[in-house]
Formats: sequence, C-alpha cells, structure tokens
Amino acid sequence: MSKEAIIKTQNLTKSFGAFTAVDKISFEAMPGEIFGFLGANGAGKTTAMKMLSGLLKPSSGTASVVGFDVFKQSEMIKKNIGYMSQKFSLYDDLTVEENIAFFGGIYGLRGDVLKLAQMELLERLQLMDQSKKLVASLPLGWKQKLSFSVAMIHKPRLVFLDEPTGGVDPITRRQFWEMIYEAAENGVTIFVTTHYMDEAEYCSRVSIMVDGKIAAMDTPRALKEQFGAKNMDEVFYTLARGAKRGE
Amino acid sequence: MSLIVKNIIKTYDKGNVLALDNVSFEVKQGERFGIIGPDGAGKTSLFRILTTLLLADSGVASVCGNDVVLGFDKIRRISGYMPGKFSLYQDLSVEENLNFFATVFGTTVAENMHLIKDIYVQIEPFKDRPAGKLSGGMKQKLALCCALIHEPKILFLDEPTTGVDPVSRKEFWDMLDRLKSRNITILVSTPYMDEASRCDRIALMQTGKILAIDTLDNIIGSYKNKVFGVETRQMHQLSQFFKTHKAVHSCYPFGDTLHVTPKDALLTSIELESSCKSAGFQDVKVFDIVPNIEDIFMNLMGQNNGI
Repeated sequence: MSKEAIIKTQNLTKSFGAFTAVDKISFEAMPGEIFGFLGANGAGKTTAMKMLSGLLKPSSGTASVVGFDVFKQSEMIKKNIGYMSQKFSLYDDLTVEENIAFFGGIYGLRGDVLKLAQMELLERLQLMDQSKKLVASLPLGWKQKLSFSVAMIHKPRLVFLDEPTGGVDPITRRQFWEMIYEAAENGVTIFVTTHYMDEAEYCSRVSIMVDGKIAAMDTPRALKEQFGAKNMDEVFYTLARGAKRGE
Repeated sequence: MSLIVKNIIKTYDKGNVLALDNVSFEVKQGERFGIIGPDGAGKTSLFRILTTLLLADSGVASVCGNDVVLGFDKIRRISGYMPGKFSLYQDLSVEENLNFFATVFGTTVAENMHLIKDIYVQIEPFKDRPAGKLSGGMKQKLALCCALIHEPKILFLDEPTTGVDPVSRKEFWDMLDRLKSRNITILVSTPYMDEASRCDRIALMQTGKILAIDTLDNIIGSYKNKVFGVETRQMHQLSQFFKTHKAVHSCYPFGDTLHVTPKDALLTSIELESSCKSAGFQDVKVFDIVPNIEDIFMNLMGQNNGI
C-alpha cells in the first residue's frame, strides 16, 4: 500500500467573475483517512467537491486526485472515484439488481467482471433474495447500505460522501458510520460532508471552510483544544459565526 | 384547540404503503409543536393533509375549528405553509414574490410589514434578485416571509431546516422565537432531533406512527432506562467490546462519547468501568448521564420495530 496522498491540493481556487467561491485551499488526504469537509451553506464546499471530482475546472492552483491531475485528467478522476449523496443515490423504480448493473456500468464494469461484482455485493449485503425487488420497497437502512456499496463497486481508492446521512434515523446513521469505518480500515479514503456535528467527531481529520478558505484543519480532538470547545458543534459555531459572506 | 388530529390513516399505492398509521394529537393556540422523525416517518403526508392538499383515507382533522375536508377554503385563508421543497416563483424577484403572496390573500406588504420586518431586513438588500438566484439561507427567509405576509393564525413549516448548516439552523429557530409574542400556532417538522428543545411539545414519529408525545422534559423525565457515558481514546475498539458484553443492552457513539444502556439498571458506572479495565481498556471513564432525545428515539424505534 503506497503512502502517497490520495488528494493533494495547492492553492486550489475557483472564481466566478469577481466572486472567489474557493480561495487557495491546500490540503492532503491520506489512504484510509476519513476526511470531514465542513462549512456553512455558501462557504464553498460544493464548488470544492466539484473540482476534486473532476466536474469543474479550477481557476488556478494545483490538485491531484487518485493520482490524476484535475486540470488535464478529469475523465480519469471520474472513473476512479466513488460518489454518493443522500439527495441522489439510487433509482427507486429500478430493482436492486438493475441499480447495481446500471451504476456498475457507469463506473466502467462490463460482462463477467460486472456480474461477479454484482454477485459479491449482493452476497456481502445478504440481499440475494431481494435482488428482484424495487429499491423503493427497501427499508431506508438497506438503501443506505446498498447505495454506499454501489458507489464502491469498482473498488475506488477514494469515495466522496456528500451529506450521506441527511434525514436518516439515528440508528441507521450510526450503522452507516460503521460501514465508513470498515471501508477506511481497508485503506479507502473517505471524503465526507455532513451537517451533523456529532459525525464530525468520527472523522480522522476535519477541515472547516469559511468564506471560501479553510479556516481550520486538524483532528477533532486538536480542534476542540485549539478553540477551547467541549464539542465540534462549538468549534463550528465559533468559526462559521464569523463568516462575512452572505450565505 | 388550534389543531385536532384524530385517527388519521393515509395509504399510498392501493393501500400497499402505510404512510400514516392512526395518528392523533392536539395543538393549543399559540403553541409550537414539533413533529420529529427521519425521512419516511410520514411528516409531509401529515402536513399535506392538514393544509388541505391531500385527503386522508380515514380519520378526522380540523384547523382552528375548520374541518380539513368541509372547511378547506377557510383553512387555506388562515394558514401559512412553508413546504419542504422550495416552492416560490424562481423567476420573480424577492419583492415580487412577497407582493404576489400578499395580493393573493387580499392584503398588502405594507399592511403586514410589522410581522415580517425582523426577517425581511435580512433579505431586503437583495429585493430585486430573482428568488431562484438566492442562497439556501435566504430562500428559507423569503419563504417564511411569504408564509407570514397574510397574518396567518397557524403556520405549517415542513422541514424548514433540512440541509441547512448548524449556525443557520440556530438562526432560523431564533426567528421563530421572535414570533412567539404574536400568538401564532406553529406546527413544524424536522429530522434533527436536537431541535426538539426548541419546541413547546413534540411528537416523535417513525414509519407513520407516533412513538411519544409530550414536552421534551417530560419525555426525558419519564424515560426509565439508565444510560452511561463512556469516554476513551479507543472508541471503535471499545464499542466492539460492548457489543459482546453480557451486561450491555446497547451501545451507540455520540460524538466523542459512547452511550451505553445496561441490561440491569442496578449496574453501576464503577462496575462497568472496572469490567472495561480488566478487559485491557485502561483509559476508560464511565459516568452517569441524563439520556438525550436520540437515546430515547433509538429505544422507541427498537420497540416500534419489535426488537
């Protein structure tokens, strides 16, 4: 296992006209790290994630993601990362099997490789006898698990989770974090955004964006010490309250 | 009573999906009542029935004395409704949206400015901007202004803080606090359990059922199970250990602390701590805590699911 950074950015910037949405952010995320990416609405999180996942060309700075350059190799980045969000994950009106085949296909798996990956996934989640059921009929907890597994079907070294637990019940939310830990233990880098501050505590490191810049970045423990706060909620509140940008 | 809901049942897909399972509750005039539950609890179905946009299969409900079926037109005049999905006109400006909603309800913005002033000053600098071009937080403020502009007797706020960051969430509830003196009844739903503390009374909901209704203090006060807080640097390993621990009923992480419910209420924190230490976890600290709303919700969920 190489110990090279999976994400490495230097002064990464995105401007829209006179507005600098992301302002010179620099950070690294290592293999197996759970990197929490926090910030108030409008701080620039979504723009930063779009650049890192190859969907948006940066204005300046440098960044490499899973070994590819965000300026020149965005298509290779898209193929080699996983992505999941609560808002968009699975198709409710396709069956479990069809969803796996569809997303597997999108991630470039074909023929026997796809079939094998599909079988493995169904077995691991013990969803064999549910494979012909519509995703809409699955309990929320199973949808979450399936959607995470589908995002990882091509065995990426990096997965982006964009508010994966929004609106999810407290038990399912915690079960979901167990899956995140398991993937991280297997060396996958997890890049996760959340509005639940208790979840920020589960990250290896956390960055907090304010007005386009990374205002703080460290382990949750160190951040709490630095800000003399008893929990991450207080750390977040101290930093985000100072935001100038009208959100 | 501002709101009376009795034995409401709602199904979809020819009866195959049970969205609301015999839901009953009452809300007093001027009360702020929170419906708290995750996606799929039935929150939006309930709101749509009470705002007369959807018919229940059975049961009755009334809003300020008007039946939701027979008196639907009266209810529409006295209710303010902020749906979960942003539903203002994206291509009208902030000011135009506000004027539009005032006109529809036969009033003017000037006449009711006093109601929305605190909130409106925050979006006034952008009054010429199309609503679709506002940030999430500003959209939310405009939607609340539009729901208030006709001086409603009751406000229906369906997940107003979903997808909103923690600072903006606090600000939104502070805005509601300032409405308190107007004596407007507020029915508000949220998937964020911590917002229970901002309501006069709450109903905890899951999969169409109400699991508990009361003030937050009473719900916590009547909770019988003992809960320990556990601190350690080895969170993950220790929580695995508790999963196989004979004396432990459940263990869930809450930020940097584990919450442990013992099987036997007589178990002490000292006993639990020493059992961790003899298993090799030296830095463990166990202490008694007051359970919070998520502890209780998870326990009720387990009962609801027959666990």
